[in-house]
Amino acid sequence: MAIPLSQIVFIEEQAAGIGKSAKIVVHLHPAPPNKEPGPFQSSKNSYIKLSFKEHGQIEFYRRLSEEMTQRRWENMPVSQSLQANRGSQPGRIRAVGIVGIERKLEEKRKETDKNISEAFEDLSKLMVKAKEMVELSKSIANKIKDKQGDITEDETIRFKSYLLSMGIANPVTRETYGSGTQYHMQLAKQLAGILQAPLEERGGIMSLTEVYCLVNRARGMELLSPEDLVNACKMLEELKLPLRLRVFDSGVMVIELQSHKEEETVASALETVSEKGSLTSEEFAKLVGMSVLLAKERLLLAEKMGHLCRDDSVEGLRFYPNLFMTQS
Amino acid sequence: MHRRGVGAGAIAKKKLAEMSKQLDMFKTNLEEFASKHKQEIRKNPEFRVQFQDMCATIGVDPLASGKGFWSEMLGVGDFYYELGVQIIEVCLALKHRNGGLITLEELHQQVLKGRGKFAQDVSQDDLIRAIKKLKALGTGFGIIPVGGTYLIQSVPAELNMDHTVVLQLAEKSGYVTVSDIKASLKWETERARQVLEHLLKEGLAWLDLQAPGEAHYWLPALFTDLYSQEITAEEAREALP
Repeated sequence: MAIPLSQIVFIEEQAAGIGKSAKIVVHLHPAPPNKEPGPFQSSKNSYIKLSFKEHGQIEFYRRLSEEMTQRRWENMPVSQSLQANRGSQPGRIRAVGIVGIERKLEEKRKETDKNISEAFEDLSKLMVKAKEMVELSKSIANKIKDKQGDITEDETIRFKSYLLSMGIANPVTRETYGSGTQYHMQLAKQLAGILQAPLEERGGIMSLTEVYCLVNRARGMELLSPEDLVNACKMLEELKLPLRLRVFDSGVMVIELQSHKEEETVASALETVSEKGSLTSEEFAKLVGMSVLLAKERLLLAEKMGHLCRDDSVEGLRFYPNLFMTQS
Repeated sequence: MHRRGVGAGAIAKKKLAEMSKQLDMFKTNLEEFASKHKQEIRKNPEFRVQFQDMCATIGVDPLASGKGFWSEMLGVGDFYYELGVQIIEVCLALKHRNGGLITLEELHQQVLKGRGKFAQDVSQDDLIRAIKKLKALGTGFGIIPVGGTYLIQSVPAELNMDHTVVLQLAEKSGYVTVSDIKASLKWETERARQVLEHLLKEGLAWLDLQAPGEAHYWLPALFTDLYSQEITAEEAREALP
């Protein structure tokens, strides 16, 4: 079932509501006398509504608007059945009803545009003020950089919390007093509480991505940004909390219980690999019950420590016990 | 006697006090803005783009922290951070099929499906911004431009310029051959082979030795609905050699 784009006069969006899905209303020219037979010969309505029960309306509206702007059908050779509308030009002949609708829609569009342009105006004014804050923070950061001794630690911490509120990147002070603010310190302590049990359930180690999902799913709202999480985790060690942040050579970041020594797990990893002769990360992950990401890191660590060696082929990366070590 | 009120330290203290005052004023301005336009940001993806671009221009990251004013008052934070969680979950669920590489389109579709009917709609631009934030978590989220769209990488596989350009070449038909690479990129056979082997190793490409002519290297990430079907992780494991 298809309607040529050239039949479209105008399109508008209708937002979703309780019990109703989002819609796009497509206003059409009257059907040409020689239209193709279809489900209906005529209709009392001069529009159709497209219902989007499970989203997609934003992209659809955007693309349809683009097509309406480009009007590519006016440059294409048309088949006989569409000839009737080719005659339509800027001074189109329309039924009175459509003119009335178009006018109303035009007014509504102007109103919406006005709202949007008011929003943009207000936004621009706000941005001017925000920019002043950025400039001010830069000059303070420079002062701090030059004469560190004259600013107390408390004041630097206060400054960093101002930057956090505004979303301004932390310039120089990071090196002096660490990346965290009061907020991150509190967050670190909270995380230590929340993550103890999940970590124990997962063998003492979790990737930061898992932690991010776990913590934010539990929160439901007032979620943590990825940077909040990383900055809080960076403070775990100095706050002497029972967890720590660890970054593997590959760049993968994990949280470990302090009591968990990844190096000690390597011995049992070696045993597992030896039992099976050789294992890939996926196979090892399945046997031990960990994520493939962390399984790979453990095997890589074992390799780094000399217990395993690799066979890297198109069939994948496979680890073997390092017989060079044990049998020479 | 200790002279006070002079020196760089004192100036900094004064500026700090000034910043504190301005911050309070800004917070009020932002509250006012939020009360008038918060809905606009929520409902209008183009406005969101404008907002983000303006912030970037002046050197502000509204998504840096959930504790930032922007996030707290405009609610932009929760929107993007939750989207981040959904993106991670979708990528994890499909990793067995595509090796950790997925088109932005497919990711978009899957995320919308997962969000359900009553959730707020998201645009592709929203996804890209959420993914850029996820990079901070250190686990290899990457955005690779291919033929007018993007491939999203969600595993820390090493992909350099050579790999990326071959992915872009494969985008049109979902697969690539050594001859395709030699013809389009003017590389030697060895260089083409190395890149393809790497993609195979990382699970991003599948080898088809039964294709007519020479071996085809298929990229499951680029399969359209036409060619792919839902398979479980079990089936995927059994299907591989």
